[in-house]
Amino acid sequence: MTPNLNLWLIPLLPLIGAAINGLFGRRFKNAVVSTVALLFTAASFVWAVRAVWTLWPGGEKPYIEIVAPWITAGSFSAPFGFQLDQLSMVMVLVVTGVGFLIHIYSVGYMAHEGGYYRFFSYLNLFMFFMLTLVLANNYLLMFVGWEGVGLASYLLIGFYFLRDSAANAGKKAFIVNRIGDFGFLIGMFLIIKNFGSLTYTEVFAKVSQHPAETGWGLLTAIGLCLLFGAAGKSAQVPLYVWLPDAMEGPTPVSALIHAATMVTAGVYMLARSHAIFNLAPNALMIVAIIGCLTAIFAATMGLAQTDIKRVLAYSTVSQLGYMVLACGVAAYAAGIFHLMTHAFFKALLFLGAGSVIHAIGGEQDMRRMGGLRKKIPVTFWVMTVATFAIAGFPPLAGFFSKDEILGAAFHREHGGQILWAVGLITAGLTSFYMFRLWFMTFFGEYKPGAVDVGEEAHAAAAPAHAAHGAASHSHGHADDESHGHGGVHESPWVMLAPLVMLAVLSFVGGWVGVPQFMGGSNKFEHFLAPVMESNTHETRTLVFHVTDSKEAAELEERSTEYVREEWLLAGTSVAAAAFGLFFAWLLYYKKPELPARITARIHGIYLLVLHKYYVDEGYGAIFVKPLLALSTVVFWRGVDQGIIDGLVNGAGSTSRSIGNELRRMQSGNIRSYAAWVAIGGAVVVVVMIWLRVGR
Amino acid sequence: MVHQVLFIVFGLICVAGAVNLLVQRHPINSALSLVVVMASLALIYLLLGAEFVAAIQVIVYAGAIMVLFVFVIMLLNAGAEERTRGSRIALFIGVPGVVVLAGAVAWLLVHSSGQLGGVTIGSSDFGETHSIARLLFKDFLLPFEVTSVLILIAIMGAVVLGKREG
Amino acid sequence: MVPLSWYLILSAILFSLGLFGFLLKRNIITIFMSIELMLNAVNLSFVAFANYWNALAAKSAGGVAKLASGVPVVPLSGHVFVFFVMVVAAAEAAVGLAIIIAVFRTRETLNVDQVNLLKL
Repeated sequence: MTPNLNLWLIPLLPLIGAAINGLFGRRFKNAVVSTVALLFTAASFVWAVRAVWTLWPGGEKPYIEIVAPWITAGSFSAPFGFQLDQLSMVMVLVVTGVGFLIHIYSVGYMAHEGGYYRFFSYLNLFMFFMLTLVLANNYLLMFVGWEGVGLASYLLIGFYFLRDSAANAGKKAFIVNRIGDFGFLIGMFLIIKNFGSLTYTEVFAKVSQHPAETGWGLLTAIGLCLLFGAAGKSAQVPLYVWLPDAMEGPTPVSALIHAATMVTAGVYMLARSHAIFNLAPNALMIVAIIGCLTAIFAATMGLAQTDIKRVLAYSTVSQLGYMVLACGVAAYAAGIFHLMTHAFFKALLFLGAGSVIHAIGGEQDMRRMGGLRKKIPVTFWVMTVATFAIAGFPPLAGFFSKDEILGAAFHREHGGQILWAVGLITAGLTSFYMFRLWFMTFFGEYKPGAVDVGEEAHAAAAPAHAAHGAASHSHGHADDESHGHGGVHESPWVMLAPLVMLAVLSFVGGWVGVPQFMGGSNKFEHFLAPVMESNTHETRTLVFHVTDSKEAAELEERSTEYVREEWLLAGTSVAAAAFGLFFAWLLYYKKPELPARITARIHGIYLLVLHKYYVDEGYGAIFVKPLLALSTVVFWRGVDQGIIDGLVNGAGSTSRSIGNELRRMQSGNIRSYAAWVAIGGAVVVVVMIWLRVGR
Repeated sequence: MVHQVLFIVFGLICVAGAVNLLVQRHPINSALSLVVVMASLALIYLLLGAEFVAAIQVIVYAGAIMVLFVFVIMLLNAGAEERTRGSRIALFIGVPGVVVLAGAVAWLLVHSSGQLGGVTIGSSDFGETHSIARLLFKDFLLPFEVTSVLILIAIMGAVVLGKREG
Repeated sequence: MVPLSWYLILSAILFSLGLFGFLLKRNIITIFMSIELMLNAVNLSFVAFANYWNALAAKSAGGVAKLASGVPVVPLSGHVFVFFVMVVAAAEAAVGLAIIIAVFRTRETLNVDQVNLLKL
């Protein structure tokens, strides 16, 4: 039998690190804090590797260990249980591996910051919750991790809590996440009510016995609720608004949480729940549409941003859209594959951007960058790898994963081609704005103060300047004068080493998923097959209407027609990426005066995109303002002050006024006392007569 | 017949004395009216055969308590009450009030006089001193002893309260 | 044979006279005397009932008078009660008049309306 893997150690070790740093870290020196944090994260990574190695390559059934019972209510029970199957193997390795690299990077990046111990404590806390999320064997424990990463995200986004914008961004992230969580909860309640359990194995077994739905039924409802939750966590339309603001946090936070791990929780949840979605094609369709819409929507917004981190934020939203789109066309393995490669190159992009920001002393506006490739060469080369990877050029990682998603979309019936076309355009836009970033940052001339950045950047810089006056120096890198190193300098090796590691991974990471038509064997998809295969064949029949049997499907995949079609699709995606590169080169290297002329011609549309289609303002007017008004007028003034305070104060004042009236009895006047006595006696006599008169 | 006549006579004297008590303005006159009331009540007790009670009514009530009242009135030299507006109002309220109250009770009693029986004129085998003494010293011994303590306390209280300051 | 109710009516008249004297008179000694009048009215009721029970006891079987609810009653207890009332009235009169003297010493008045400050 499989030995006891003690999976519970994997989340627990970072928790211990968080506790130590959180409780005692204030008194530790920086070196001690970082040692503690790195030690526990590394231990968790090592244990995860050991567990995966022991279980490799995993069988048909997942490995489950129940550590302790948690909730038992009648026939419903949700234990503290952990599950290791191929899907969670991928997730746990990505989380612990990339997490560990980012921890190392943070040692260098946050070295001059205040609140050092707090940062590492929160970072470890995040690791604990994320690992709970991916290793849980039931939805409820996953939800604990789900909420916990939301909390850690709030704490880390608002890390520079003295800045108003940071505090507001943290709040926004948490609240929008909570809205999504509401949907998740409803979905969970529906599952409990109809399937009596939340444990994956039990629920999915029962779900497979449910007939496939052609219309709108229970499974579709559950799927949509779960999608709503995923949309909140993974920043899909309409709940993506928190992610760009989350860039207020330190750059390692953006890398870890908002690129590699937390935002992927939604995609993981969708992939995990594939058994439900496979039997509810309408839900799948909506998932695909949302993913596709998010991808292109965010890509258009990324075109006009000038802050380097914002561009990457919108890029993250867009790539998450791809992953959700993959789930929406039932290509779950492709979605997880893209999740993994995206973790590599997006973390690399963020950390590289952090390195750039660190090098030029805190500046984040790309218009003040340029020509940095000679000055910070290592950063330049790793960023180059990452940019080519995300744009989707072979043989880097992004090409294989993105192409697989686009191919799966293409083969979907009823509108698959539209999804593919939109995805292709998005790929082109992605390439364009990423290379725009690349050219603006590393090519041309370095002119830090020469450009007038206009009112938006002033609005962004104003909080930093206002925070100047505050004594604390925990506002960090947006404040450019606290650095004092002088000149543009490369980052220390403690920051560069993880960058290089991630660059290597971005290069080779895609090679586990080389598809069949290119001669590979798509090891990744076969690896995940035992998890993903449930009901997938039925879905292919329902959704794809491809063939009637698995063997026939596989045979078809080897036919020359099919192979030629696939090569064509791959070619078009590379072409789209190349177009993006060409236009970026044209506008931002060859003829840098062109962008200004173009934006002048399409000024209205440009402003719309620049202001992110006024979505934030729209939400504010439709939801936030009325809710605030309702709270103030009805709940605060009406209920709290009027009713509750009124009751309490009223009780007091009523007692006082009754007492006041009763006081008149004690007047000191003997005859009035006598009168009261006489009246009292008369009342008693009357009552007695009344009671006895009937006799 | 004799019983009824005697009762009515003494009853009227009683009520007249009580009315006079209220009507008089000088307290000494009220005190003397009260003595008349008590004396007539003693006679009514005799009619009811309560010889012991009649005796102690005269000795204690009329003889000791009323004497005490008269002493205090003379000691304090209280004058007559003045007629004020308040006292006229009191008159207007009081007289009808008395009539109503007494009338109500009287009506009630007359209505249930069928249930109540009659009272015979006192006989000599009832209300004797030695029967009462037997009750006092056997069945009601405890209250009897307690009243002695009560009187002791009253004496002490009266002495303390009546002393002059300093 | 005088009906019991006549005695009780007399008692009621005396009681109400005493009550109204107590409520409407202003001289404190007069008020006190009205209280004594009320006590006397009650004494009359007791003695009347004692006689009544005695007559009932003589008429009933076994020589024991019983209340309507079956509880036996000792006829002479009415007299005993009057005895105790008198004792208490005596004590009360003594102490009450002592208080009146004390009050008169400080207030110089026997008008009860002018003795309404709770401070001395």
